[in-house]
Amino acid sequence: MRKLSLDKLDALFAAISATNTLYLPVDTKAGARFERWESGKTLSTALNTVRSAKDFFFPQTENLMDFKVEGKSIEIIDTRTESEDFVLFGVRACDVKSFEVLDRVFLADPVDTYYKNRRDHGVIFSMACTRPVESCFCGTFGIDAANPGGDVACHMTDDALYLQANTDKGQRVLDSLDSLTEACTTEVVDEQNALIRERLARLPLADLSAEAFGSGKTAEYFDAPEWKQLSESCLGCGTCTFVCPTCQCYDIKDFNTGHGVKRFRCWDSCMYSEFTKMSAGQPRLTQLERFRQRFMHKLVYYPTNNDGLFSCVGCGRCVAKCPIHMNIVKVMKTLGGREHA
Amino acid sequence: MPELKEPLIPVVGVVTDIRIDTPDVKTFRVVTPDGKKAFEHKPGQCAMLSIPGVGEAMFSITSSPTNEEYMEFSIKKCGCVTEWLHSMEVGQQITIRGPYGNAFPVDTAFVGHDMLFIAGGIGLAPLRSVINYCRHYRDRYGKIDVVYGSRSMQDLVDYKEIIDEWANDAGVTVHLTIDREQPEWTGHVGFVPNYVKELGFSTDKIAILCGPPIMIKFTLAGLQELGFDKTQVYTTMELRMKCGIGKCGRCNIGSKYVCKDGPVFRCDQIDELPNEY
Amino acid sequence: MQEVKREALIARAAELLENGTVDRVLGWKAGEFDYDLTPALFHSAGELESDFVWNGFCGANFSKYLVKETGKSENKVLVFLKPCDTYSFNQLLTEHRFSRDRVYAIGVPCEGMLDAGRIKDSAEGIASVREDGDHVLVETLYDGTLTLDRTSLLPDRCRNCKSKKHVAYDELLGSDGEVLDSHRFDEVEQLERMTPDERFAFWQNELSRCIRCNACRDVCPACTCEKCVFDNPNSGVENKAAANSFEEKMFHIIRAFHVVGRCTDCGECSRVCPQHIPLHLLNRKFIKDIDQFYGDYQAGAEVGSRAPIVNYSAGDLEPYEAVERGGSDA
Repeated sequence: MRKLSLDKLDALFAAISATNTLYLPVDTKAGARFERWESGKTLSTALNTVRSAKDFFFPQTENLMDFKVEGKSIEIIDTRTESEDFVLFGVRACDVKSFEVLDRVFLADPVDTYYKNRRDHGVIFSMACTRPVESCFCGTFGIDAANPGGDVACHMTDDALYLQANTDKGQRVLDSLDSLTEACTTEVVDEQNALIRERLARLPLADLSAEAFGSGKTAEYFDAPEWKQLSESCLGCGTCTFVCPTCQCYDIKDFNTGHGVKRFRCWDSCMYSEFTKMSAGQPRLTQLERFRQRFMHKLVYYPTNNDGLFSCVGCGRCVAKCPIHMNIVKVMKTLGGREHA
Repeated sequence: MPELKEPLIPVVGVVTDIRIDTPDVKTFRVVTPDGKKAFEHKPGQCAMLSIPGVGEAMFSITSSPTNEEYMEFSIKKCGCVTEWLHSMEVGQQITIRGPYGNAFPVDTAFVGHDMLFIAGGIGLAPLRSVINYCRHYRDRYGKIDVVYGSRSMQDLVDYKEIIDEWANDAGVTVHLTIDREQPEWTGHVGFVPNYVKELGFSTDKIAILCGPPIMIKFTLAGLQELGFDKTQVYTTMELRMKCGIGKCGRCNIGSKYVCKDGPVFRCDQIDELPNEY
Repeated sequence: MQEVKREALIARAAELLENGTVDRVLGWKAGEFDYDLTPALFHSAGELESDFVWNGFCGANFSKYLVKETGKSENKVLVFLKPCDTYSFNQLLTEHRFSRDRVYAIGVPCEGMLDAGRIKDSAEGIASVREDGDHVLVETLYDGTLTLDRTSLLPDRCRNCKSKKHVAYDELLGSDGEVLDSHRFDEVEQLERMTPDERFAFWQNELSRCIRCNACRDVCPACTCEKCVFDNPNSGVENKAAANSFEEKMFHIIRAFHVVGRCTDCGECSRVCPQHIPLHLLNRKFIKDIDQFYGDYQAGAEVGSRAPIVNYSAGDLEPYEAVERGGSDA
């Protein structure tokens, strides 16, 4: 483990950005968000960013390819470029876990090269949470906010930053920062972690259990009468899906620029009425079916295909942002998350 | 950029022939600009065709993999992309990527069995690939029956091929039907599900169904009445698709992605899916 | 603190359920925390007693829900309306979006609703929130109990409340208020004073955060089209972002134009925006212009009124006059 005095934080950011583009959470009047670091920008003290970190690997919009169309002929232009090396600093344990959830989709055969390219070039510096808030429930999904993972795991105390490489990729970046950091024992971090874990155990949602859900439970929940009441006031907007670090549905659309055609990919939402609409019909006619799809996918379908791994990481963004405050916590509690615990 | 091939990036295809099958179905022949097949496929698999600026859509590959020269797609006009395709002329380039989805188990579960193909309307499109595959490897399969129905005689897709080629093959019996009487029609009149029951097939066969959902529902019921088990009946499913590789989330039903885990399902497997198709 | 207490609302709702006037109640349901209430239907006194909430977090405007709700049954639904909600209620009636005879509306006075986001800005880790007169007591997970000034926790729409008067109801609980002389156009004036470049930069910055979740549209009582142009694949502007940032601006500007003369300035768009974009300012600019060009007009103040924008008169101003009257950059 390496240690760095907090007054050297700026020097650390400068050193990282000498070889990598550095992104870190910065405070704005609309909450914290990841921004490219440059001298003068300071690390946000907020618990988490409004938008998740998934943008860095699966951006809201990205160009997939261009077409040149002339008369009857078409030329396909591969617009992929090699991603630059970048460091994503200050990623919380929940978001770190979300990358694993996304990996199992985008890196499964056939590999999505746009995603993989950015994954290969990104180094994750995670950050342990010292003050988790009431909407946090990462523990429900086996995530330890005190042990946040990533390529380099960071812990921050009042006066120092502690860094521990978890991967070769992380080790290489950490090695390059040797002149700024000093070796240290894990004692301080261990002590802080004990405090964090105490705090985690006392969170209001600490007893939320996912045990009732998981692989193979489709029949158990699909026709549950509770879906009606749960989905009743859903507006059908995409806020939950777009602030969610694991929602990964997308649309592919063409955009005629006047000089050619761009085919781009953008986030899409199973909450939208158009999502499954075909000229031949609409399999999910009402908001109930769309609402159910989102939660069944997170709690049952995804785990069925991914060795029981849930596609919720308990970051609490949907809890904070849903315009009508209907969220996965209420769904899990209503459908039996607690009783089965 | 990565040496990896990107599954979302298509190749250019040239439309070398357009056949008008019915008032709203055309069959398009597609090869690459250097005259080859864009890729190899198995019967039942699909491909994404697109016209840049208009959009991309998934179609079942109508031609048999045994056709070594080109691929064919029988396409009904019913939306943005299909309307554009129908307005094309020979020589037009489009884009194509694939193949997508699973396939009919033509080399495993089907081998050695009598085959009963049942299609309605444009539902013949995905089956034509399998039928021609079975005809090509004729000795691997037992008797072949094709029951095919449409609204009218003019709406029977591939009518000429069915009459001139399939019906003349040894061991292949074709049973055609149309919904309503027509002066020039001497064949059977009536809906497919009833016709199947009237024909009363023995249950030692594998049945493959494709057509409008309502036809599938009643035909399956009819087959079960005749004594067929759902494990003997296969069908293909259609849902909205964008990526074709089980990632974009659109065609997700339960834990399955129709574009990847389907489109071919055995009817007992469909029962395991939530009722959302 | 609200003038009328939860118990009074529940008691009256239970009576109306009991005597058959209504068969369901649209209200706010308790959440996991004190601030995350969900609009819900209540069917019995028991349900009301256990889950119905009336406090400073009942910001949701129920008017739009009536479009769907009145379509479900011929029986009346009971709805509670705050003063500003009643304007949306009237506007929807003006547009024939629901049947008045399928609704029983109870007006409830409102002392301003709290913005949970503002509480979170001042308190990290909220264990509980309790209103106490002009103060809000926030029990936190790590910093003890904080006493916050209630006024500081109000969202913009409540700080600049346009009216404490109910313009529609079947009965009123508590006392009615007055139309207020608010400062709601102050911020618009600030924008008007900017140079075009500054103003463009302002909106560029604000709208660049848009994630196209459509929450503003989906919550907006003026957005009740059966099929939104942004959901129509054939419109060429179907939802979601394109490869350039102009798309976001187009979405919000088109939407603002669509609700001109119909927007009652209820502020729901800004309340639900997950990215804190001050969307209400776009609408207020239009309202201010209408007031200025055609005389004061408040959408929803009465049922059946015609907005000046759809009401031609020979004296209507010409485009060049609009430029003159609004100043060259307005």
